[in-house]
Amino acid sequence: MRYALICLSAFAVCGAALAQGADYAPPPMSPIQPAVDPASLSDPAQRRGHEVFGKWCSACHGDAPGMPGTQALEAKYGGQIPALVEERADLTPELVEFYVRNGISVMPHFRKTEISDADLDDLSAYLTRDR
Amino acid sequence: MAGAAATPPGVSEAVFADALNRFAGVVGAENVYSEEEDVALYRDAYSPLWDEREEKLASAAVAPASAEEVQAVARIANELRIPLYPVSTGRNLGYGGSAPVLSGSVVLDLKRMNRILDISERDATVLVEPGVSYFDLYRHIVDNGLKLWIDCPDPGWGSVIGNAMDRGGGVTTGAYRDHFGSHCGMEVVLADGDIIRTGMGAMPGANTWQQNRYGYGPWVDGIFSQSNYGIVTKMGFWLMPAPDAYLSGTIAAHRHQDVIPLIDVMNRLENIGAFTGYPQVGSPVLFQAGAGAAPEELEAQARASGQPVWTCRLQFYGGRKVNEAQWEYCQEQFAAAIPGATFQRGEEYDLPLTPEQAEALGTEKVSFGIPNLGRFSIGARSEFNDMPTSGHVWFSPILPRTGEGLLAAQKVLFEAAEQLKPYNLSVLPMPFANWQRTFIFLINFPIYRDKDANRQTREAFRKLVKICAENGLGEYRTAPAFMNDVGDTYSFNDHALRRFHERLKDAVDPNGILSAGRYGVWPRHLRT
Repeated sequence: MRYALICLSAFAVCGAALAQGADYAPPPMSPIQPAVDPASLSDPAQRRGHEVFGKWCSACHGDAPGMPGTQALEAKYGGQIPALVEERADLTPELVEFYVRNGISVMPHFRKTEISDADLDDLSAYLTRDR
Repeated sequence: MAGAAATPPGVSEAVFADALNRFAGVVGAENVYSEEEDVALYRDAYSPLWDEREEKLASAAVAPASAEEVQAVARIANELRIPLYPVSTGRNLGYGGSAPVLSGSVVLDLKRMNRILDISERDATVLVEPGVSYFDLYRHIVDNGLKLWIDCPDPGWGSVIGNAMDRGGGVTTGAYRDHFGSHCGMEVVLADGDIIRTGMGAMPGANTWQQNRYGYGPWVDGIFSQSNYGIVTKMGFWLMPAPDAYLSGTIAAHRHQDVIPLIDVMNRLENIGAFTGYPQVGSPVLFQAGAGAAPEELEAQARASGQPVWTCRLQFYGGRKVNEAQWEYCQEQFAAAIPGATFQRGEEYDLPLTPEQAEALGTEKVSFGIPNLGRFSIGARSEFNDMPTSGHVWFSPILPRTGEGLLAAQKVLFEAAEQLKPYNLSVLPMPFANWQRTFIFLINFPIYRDKDANRQTREAFRKLVKICAENGLGEYRTAPAFMNDVGDTYSFNDHALRRFHERLKDAVDPNGILSAGRYGVWPRHLRT
């Protein structure tokens, strides 16, 4: 995982806030930088899916120390496949939907008032994008 | 097993269909959930009754977007006698999630009501709707560069209102750690659809709703917490002005009996404001020696390992010089009361934290008002745990904030674990000081997708409720499966308090449509 890159990016985020004239900058929530730069996404659905991931998934599945989802997948697959779901190439829309609507282990399922069917389609588009 | 109940108890299919149609007329058909696959999403993911006949299941869900829509839904439900179960964000995991206490209830899902209606850096106040999570509020503060802190529980996706209504606790300064205690003003929809505002909110034109919590006349806010007397649609909170600096320091005490002056001094210093953060009492050797170790064993273990028997970590929020002076004063006070006490200066930051400082804090972010989900590593698969659970329920009794009280409560728990050995309870209770005048224990009971294991867990949990109550230790909050059991233990004068709760219930919700059974309060037609 890319902790060094995260720290460098964090300086960039902080610098941007100061440049805009903000005189007080509380730290953003962890992970401070998403694993994937949304600017690299050309498809609008994938970009929306990236937002859904940032709102609902990255606090457990992010690229930062102590993320329960990332740790669990690291332990489960032992590095055979990426622990970061954003870096997986084997996900299908059916698989994404299954885990969002059924959960697994301590990850609960999500209601449609949280992640709507449209949000789920976008999330799937993001997590199953061509790399 | 189905993930949804067919209809509410005592309600015909025709009446239920009529209710759902009329709910759809209020909130839109797309915000009424009656298909089984959608309703199943309201199951409590951490239910100790998962897939059993007794599992608490919704029959449908309806998701309004405004207080006016909540009023309209309540009027329909009241007319047709449809039981409603309001949830804010439904993330009360470990204490019930989004599932109703009474199977067949229609969940009133308030997640769509997610507006931060007013926030004032100058007054350090906020007015929110129930669907606003700690994450949402923190993002708003960050996006607007406000010099405000929130006090959040370990999981950040819970509702600011919901957690306060369940009387949850946090880990910053005493006045803010008590989440219900730091609220100021409510808007509540009653079972008949009427709507009230409490405190200064009752006076049209007053601009002090979030400044003065009492207003005039009887103060009723308390009866809406941990209850089923109304649906809170707005709530104000006092926020902490962002401090300029942080410091922590740890006191180490080397004799077992030191726990008594250690906690006495800690209490006095917190209650006079000599330290301003969440105090943490620990015992490194208790974890090594294991449950029930005798005082002499603990002291021997401490000597052998060079560790203290007890520690007390203090946190200071303020300015650098103030923190420094407070830490110095606290050291003097502990040194005078505890011979041989030693001191270790801890982390020190100028605030706000830089992003990389915050990132490095892990779950300790909550001490800086930064919400996260790191605590869900409890039970999750990791390099240290190859047997992941499917969640947990918390056993969380209240105990005195004294050394004697702590030792006595630990003894109760150690002996209970021995008595309940067949259940393989893992009990190593250390005190948490989320509330300023008492400790609580937080004991995790793992939940699995295994009916036999969950049955054993329920049995052990219920036995522990009784054992603790026999020793004056009562839970501050519990999961729906145990709400009656815990309610039974608050039994002074032949359950006079419960009878009073029931009289209130019958008065404010005579048809018993709101959250039947929540915290052990049942409407007349469902009382046994």
